[in-house]
Amino acid sequence: MTERPLATTGEASTTSRTPWTQRPGWMSQHLGTAIIGGVLGYLFGHWLGNAISSNYAYIVNSGQNATADALALIFGVVGWLLGIGALNYPLAKLAGRQPEKEVELDHWSKYFRYSTNHKTVGLQYVVGVLLFMFTGGLLAMAIRTELLNPTTHYFSADTYIKIVSEHGTIMMMMATSIVVGPLGNYLVPLMIGSRRMAFPRIEAFSFWIFVAGYMVIFSALPYGGFPTGWTGYAPLQTQAGPGMVSYLFGFAVIGMGMMAAGFNIAVTIINYRAPGMTWSRLPIFVWSILATAALLTLATPTLFAAGLFGLLDKTAQTAFYVTEHGGSSYLWENLFWFFGHPEVYIMALPGFGIVGEILPVFTRKPLFAYKVGAAGMIGVSLLSFFVWQHHLFQSGINPDMRPLFMLTTELISIPTGFIYLVGMGTLYKAKIRFEIPMLFAMALYFNFLIGGVTGVFLSDVPVNVTVHGGFFVLSHFHYTIMGGLLFAFMAGLYYWLPKMTGRMMNKKIGLWHFWTMFIFFNLTFFPMFIIGLLGQPRRVFTYAKNLQGLNDFSSVSAFLLGFSFLIFFFNLVWSLYINPQKAPANPWESLGLEWQTANPVPPYNFERIPVILTDPYHYSEASAPAVADLGGGDELIPAVSSHDGSGVA
Amino acid sequence: MNETHHLRRMTIIWIVLSVAADLLFWFLVGPHVPPGRMTDMATSNQFDFNVLFVIAIPVLIGVWIYLAYAIAVWSAKRGGPEPVGGEAARTNRTVQVAWITITSVVVIFLAGFGTVELVVNHGSGGGEGPNPVWSPSGAIKAETAALAGTGTWSPNSNQVLPVQVIAQQWKFTYRYPTFGGFETSQLVLPVHTTIAFNVTSLDVIHSFWAYQLSVKADANPQINDVAYTTTNQTGRFTVRCSELCGIWHGSMYNYGSVVSQQQFMQWAQSTEAANAANTKFLPPFAWTYVPDANGAAGGYYPDGSATPYSTAEIYGAKQPAS
Repeated sequence: MTERPLATTGEASTTSRTPWTQRPGWMSQHLGTAIIGGVLGYLFGHWLGNAISSNYAYIVNSGQNATADALALIFGVVGWLLGIGALNYPLAKLAGRQPEKEVELDHWSKYFRYSTNHKTVGLQYVVGVLLFMFTGGLLAMAIRTELLNPTTHYFSADTYIKIVSEHGTIMMMMATSIVVGPLGNYLVPLMIGSRRMAFPRIEAFSFWIFVAGYMVIFSALPYGGFPTGWTGYAPLQTQAGPGMVSYLFGFAVIGMGMMAAGFNIAVTIINYRAPGMTWSRLPIFVWSILATAALLTLATPTLFAAGLFGLLDKTAQTAFYVTEHGGSSYLWENLFWFFGHPEVYIMALPGFGIVGEILPVFTRKPLFAYKVGAAGMIGVSLLSFFVWQHHLFQSGINPDMRPLFMLTTELISIPTGFIYLVGMGTLYKAKIRFEIPMLFAMALYFNFLIGGVTGVFLSDVPVNVTVHGGFFVLSHFHYTIMGGLLFAFMAGLYYWLPKMTGRMMNKKIGLWHFWTMFIFFNLTFFPMFIIGLLGQPRRVFTYAKNLQGLNDFSSVSAFLLGFSFLIFFFNLVWSLYINPQKAPANPWESLGLEWQTANPVPPYNFERIPVILTDPYHYSEASAPAVADLGGGDELIPAVSSHDGSGVA
Repeated sequence: MNETHHLRRMTIIWIVLSVAADLLFWFLVGPHVPPGRMTDMATSNQFDFNVLFVIAIPVLIGVWIYLAYAIAVWSAKRGGPEPVGGEAARTNRTVQVAWITITSVVVIFLAGFGTVELVVNHGSGGGEGPNPVWSPSGAIKAETAALAGTGTWSPNSNQVLPVQVIAQQWKFTYRYPTFGGFETSQLVLPVHTTIAFNVTSLDVIHSFWAYQLSVKADANPQINDVAYTTTNQTGRFTVRCSELCGIWHGSMYNYGSVVSQQQFMQWAQSTEAANAANTKFLPPFAWTYVPDANGAAGGYYPDGSATPYSTAEIYGAKQPAS
């Protein structure tokens, strides 16, 4: 097959001429055109849906046509992608033209554009996930407000259940990307000595579709919300109003982003490691991201398919989940949790990686049992595909398989325990510097222990009878996801933001943030174990009178926990804009390769591709070898732009 | 300070605190741990919880002591000796092998213990699906007879009592197949009797959670989810829905009671007689019911007004039964 010859405006001249889509200023492609594209697509899809299915796809009691709603969202997302420029490259290829090269602008507006630079995408993700988290957090405040009193209601039962559902879904979607998106994209190439990700366009796609997913799931609220919680169980799903379409399609959209991000990161780690970056020299954070990427790539298609079935049930009147017509309510439960349990580890493994990266720096000791830690992450990732039915212990599905799923679930605590071995071994006879990242990392060990141990209670089928579906579960997974992943994310932000932004975060405000978050997190969620044991099911707007004291305690703590996030946002604004303090090139005296680059990181990361000589954990070693040979000799590798179009497809 | 010194100190603190906490828990808290001891299943599930907790305490305390010790003793502020890197600080085969072995042994023990408790206690009160594999003796016979309409139950006969739980948005109703299949919103059970709950749903997924009885079984449409328990004490218990089932999930609860066998017999017979006029309109007793447009077995639109469209348009002449 012969390549079309390059057009006269091809490789040579595009470097001198910025394509119109990438110019600074209004007359180009950016967030604004994406919004316009989204709105136009939405309107077109809505019209099309009404035109083709006006007679049968109405949703009872809503006056809404499910097909119109679904097509509106689908075309809205397509319009959004067209508007931002995500489809320029494939469409040009389809048309047989030489696509215009993406050019990275040296202008603040690059953050509102389809950028293929992994560092820009990383920072876009930071803002994206924080926005996601803030929205979900506000909904959490609303939940705790309603639970202040069992008889006085601040919301109607209907509004309350929709707030709960929206909170759960937004937080779960956010948590899938909270580390992989910002830190994974930004740091993985720096850590493995690469100048870019393997598929920069897919990387940019994963971010912009993530934003589209946020808007799709948020569109459920103006549609009247959905009553199913984040688990979306059918037939309640089948029965629900038009907001359910946003849920089903929203997960599909987020799922596309997850698959794209996972695939891209896995390929990058496997193929783009610098010379000498052997598997046993790979930073532990990269191991965790690799294990996560495998889960993202392999588990998410199930969710995508499940969501598609649900959409078809709603629009094309199929009956995948409709028992009366030959479907099965178990089908959704199985598909959802077959994705859902690996998903849980998508939300745990990156946290382990972050603390594994941070501990050696602040203890000045090598990472203990590195290989065991890496094996633990791979082990968790593999085992996570074999435990999903523990969510269905009381559902009546395959009851004789329960001992098996009890065993696999409890086995997963062995590789998870490796993370504790790594952490405790590294702390041994260390010289601990209690900087903010270290405090958050140690908080993970405290919180995740409670989350993990209560997980063993849940996996025990007899005990599960009492705790399944109650506040005990709720508290358990907040301890693992919020107490684990979110604390790790904070550790990672405080640790790496100096690299990413060139600004130090304020330590005094950081201390206030840490202590309020740590204390009030525990005061919010610990009582919920007791509330659950005393018989309060999840997702209820009312509860037994005798549980009001504990619920109020939890609610007030939750408000203060919410306040701790305001301190965090204040610290961000203060340290980045109001009173910026320039960060030293390597403020924590880390040996990590990412800290050996210039500050700010140049567009191509490394002037020369580094040659890795050893792993980055040789702390407190007299004759420790240098981590990498960053070049500087005579044989210079010519610096090429990370946006050299060759090989990018 | 040499190496063994640190570990010895930590071990001593750990053992003392763990033993103290375990004893305090087992004797002071343990007997009050939910779900109490109203049934055999509740008693054994409480025992399981307590066993797990007694194992969990040393794990929690061990890690916490280690973290606290590290913070107190190995802080840079204290200006202790410089840490030593190198191979010895990177791996320690003995520690690693011991860690993996100990966690594996504990975990496999727990899985084995859970399995034995699950099988011995006939599913521990959890939903066992339509074909339970660990039934108590007499249960299958009683269930078969119930379906055939030939089931009987009398005080002091040691028979299994089948009770059907029908969940719908947003209430539970109960059918007693051995008493003519009457249906009631009251759940009354005889003491010292094995109950076979047959849980099903008419619409979405619910979960029948009889808290003090330690019974939890999902109610799926067109699926019979069986759960067993054996009552031991008389008294009142709470029934809650524990699977999100829509707007009023939060208020889907009621109370049941365990009474003496004679009282139960009296209640059942009088309710059967009082409800006889209604019972004859119910569909014949079955494990599951299919709601359809005629409403014969429940009906989605009993008054024809739950939908914005005319029922005549949708169903033609086949109108919902009035």
